[in-house]
Amino acid sequence: MTIGIVVFPGSNCDRDVRWALEGCLGQPTRFLWHEERDLSGLDAVVLPGGFSYGDYLRCGAIARFAPVLEELRGYAERGGPVLGICNGFQVLTELGLLPGALTRNRGLHFLCEPTALEVRPGGCRWLQGYDEGERIVLPIAHGEGRYQVDPTQLQQLEQEGCVVLRYSANPNGSMGDVAGLTNPQGNVLGLMPHPERACDPATGGLDGRRLLAALMG
Amino acid sequence: MPLYNARVQVSLRPSVLDPAGEATRAAAGRLGVEGVTRLRIGKAIEVDLEAPDRATAEARLELLSDRLLANPVIEDWSLEVVEAG
Repeated sequence: MTIGIVVFPGSNCDRDVRWALEGCLGQPTRFLWHEERDLSGLDAVVLPGGFSYGDYLRCGAIARFAPVLEELRGYAERGGPVLGICNGFQVLTELGLLPGALTRNRGLHFLCEPTALEVRPGGCRWLQGYDEGERIVLPIAHGEGRYQVDPTQLQQLEQEGCVVLRYSANPNGSMGDVAGLTNPQGNVLGLMPHPERACDPATGGLDGRRLLAALMG
Repeated sequence: MPLYNARVQVSLRPSVLDPAGEATRAAAGRLGVEGVTRLRIGKAIEVDLEAPDRATAEARLELLSDRLLANPVIEDWSLEVVEAG
């Protein structure tokens, strides 16, 4: 199987994701330049972290109109597994594949640190390697990770089991301590923490490995 | 074709925390400017647009504001349009 990694102008975790998948897990990948439309033969697609299009206007706002994302929308709606990490999560909300928006951290600082999380995998395909309520540590690295959504919609997301990752000690002011969200079908996951930076014991833990290995069976 | 000058004002919705605005408000106090009780940071976007008539220009600008310039989940927008002299 092959996993596609989308590359926007300004992406900077695309190579980290490739290293984690290929170097740590032996999983073939294919880079998808933002102007491509061909998603054939891909078993999953990852939107990596970074600053797509320089974060101009809003994080993810311009990326949403990239040709590759027009195709990705249909791919996700047909049940294709899609993972958005950090800037990728911001892009998924701008694209409307996940609800809400990511806004400036409460304390204004860019936060770059290991963060304790609670996992509630439910039906999320990317998190089946984790136990219900399991506590893990993944690094975060963002300035705009404060999740914002209408309070009634947040309640609905909680009831539907879409809030699959929560901060144990909320670092950025996210509503509902949301660190990661899935869609009701469970094939799309967006999260602010970086699982690809926790796949090798030399660089800070192994807690992200099961997430990236989720689809390998 | 007539040219229209538009100014789109994008503001954070009142329910959304604006930490940058709060930090700026605190700095206003340190500058010695007293009495600032509220300070919210948005953006103003200037757009020049050609269209056959005003109604068409407004319709295009509304679409632009709602789908690209602002994110309605967290932002409100308002629009001013004048025909360029």
